[in-house]
Formats: sequence, structure tokens, C-alpha cells
Amino acid sequence: MALQSMRSSLGRAAGLGSAKGGVTQWWAERVSAVALIPLTLWLAASLIKHSGSDYAGVIAWLQSPLVALLLVLLLISLFSHLALGLCVIIEDYIHSGAKFAALLIVRFTCFSLCVTGILATLRIALIT
Amino acid sequence: MTSTADRPPAPEHSSGPLSPHLQIYRPQLTSVLSFAHRLSGIALSVYSVVLVAWLMAAAAGSGPFSSMQAVMQSLGGQVLLGAGVFCFFLHLCGGIRHLFWDAGYGFELTNIYVSGWAVVAASVALTALAWLASSKM
Repeated sequence: MALQSMRSSLGRAAGLGSAKGGVTQWWAERVSAVALIPLTLWLAASLIKHSGSDYAGVIAWLQSPLVALLLVLLLISLFSHLALGLCVIIEDYIHSGAKFAALLIVRFTCFSLCVTGILATLRIALIT
Repeated sequence: MTSTADRPPAPEHSSGPLSPHLQIYRPQLTSVLSFAHRLSGIALSVYSVVLVAWLMAAAAGSGPFSSMQAVMQSLGGQVLLGAGVFCFFLHLCGGIRHLFWDAGYGFELTNIYVSGWAVVAASVALTALAWLASSKM
């Protein structure tokens, strides 16, 4: 309490520490998690429904505009959530210089996979 | 009172805290589920790569798509898919439990255990349900 009262009114109002964004990653992980609940349940149900379908059936499903949109939204939420989660694990367990290399590899790989997945989805929806 | 001389010598090159000693902990539902949440998250990262590979195969044409489907329909593919489905439901149910905690609910010890066993039961039941449903398609 003593420390709290020593903070300036402006500091309390702004509510930001020296990092200026301490909860940003934590919050982004929760937002992507909430988005992924309906999106992944939809994907799981759809994949179950199409588990007996042939190539033509799957392509016809993927060509629906709503399916393409939901898949793109899922890929963005999935890979941002994945990158945030893996980075937390790396930050918790790797304390050597390899930490920075691992964080960069995770970020680059997740971003690349996300773009690759979106391109494949759009190729099916718009070109095939 | 023990003198400092009776204590085991501290490791010389340790730079971090030495406790808790996880290897002498009795496994508890709380710690096992916490660990399982992270492990299933790591596993699902690998399955996300499979999802992108599946989309790429579908975009590449019927040949690559058929090869991908053949791998997934093989015995090894089915076992790995089943494990992936269980990881998905475990991480989903565990994640919802974490979101309730983040909102400030469910911290009482009895609630922690009730929600923990609910996560285990729901994950097993949903995996079985998904398996049954896909075998009917």
C-alpha cells in the first residue's frame, strides 16, 4: 500500500509499467483462445462430416466462400495463439542465448505456416 | 539449530533458484493437468503443420490429396490422428478451465478438482464421440 500511494496520479491513471505493454501478449493469447473455441469446433465437426468424402467433395466444401473465410480466420487465430503459447514455454524453460534464436524461429515459422495455409485456402476457393 | 557446516554444499555453478524439486513431487491432478496443457499445446503445434500440409495437398490437386489421405488412413496415421483429437479436446477443455480462472472463478480447492476431473472426462468422451461420428460418415 505504501508503494502504491507513492505513485503519481498520472502513473496510476495510465496503469503502465516500464515495459508499457506488460499484459499485451497475455491478453492476445486469451483473445485468440476465445476465437479458437468456435472456429476449431466448427473445423472438427466439418472434418468429421467430410471424413468419408472424396477429393471432389472436399474441394466443393472448401470452395464455399463462408468456409474459405472461416478457414482464413482460423489459420490467423491458430498460428498467433500457437506462436504466443510456444514463446511463453521457451521463455519459461530456455535461459541461454538459444532463447532468442528459438523465439525468432517460432515467430518466423508460425507466420510462414499461416501465410502458406491462407494461400492454399485462397487458391482452392478462387482458382481451382 | 544446524550449523552451516552440516548443510550439503551448494552447487557452484547454479545461477537460478533450486526449488521446487519436481522429481520428488507426488504427481497431483493439478500439476499433471498443468503439464498436460502445455504438452498438448506443443503436440497441437505439430498437428497445425499437418493441417497446412493437408490444405496444400488439396490445393495441389487430386494426386497429392490422395497420397495425403492414404497416409492419414493408414494404421499409423489413424493412431496419430486419434492422439491428435484427444490432445485437441484436452487443450480445448483445459483452455476453457483456464479462461474461467483468468476471469477469477473456480479457485476453491474443491472446484479445482471438480473442474480438473471434468476436463479429463470431457476430453475422453468427446474423443470417443468424434471417433464414433467419423466412423459413421
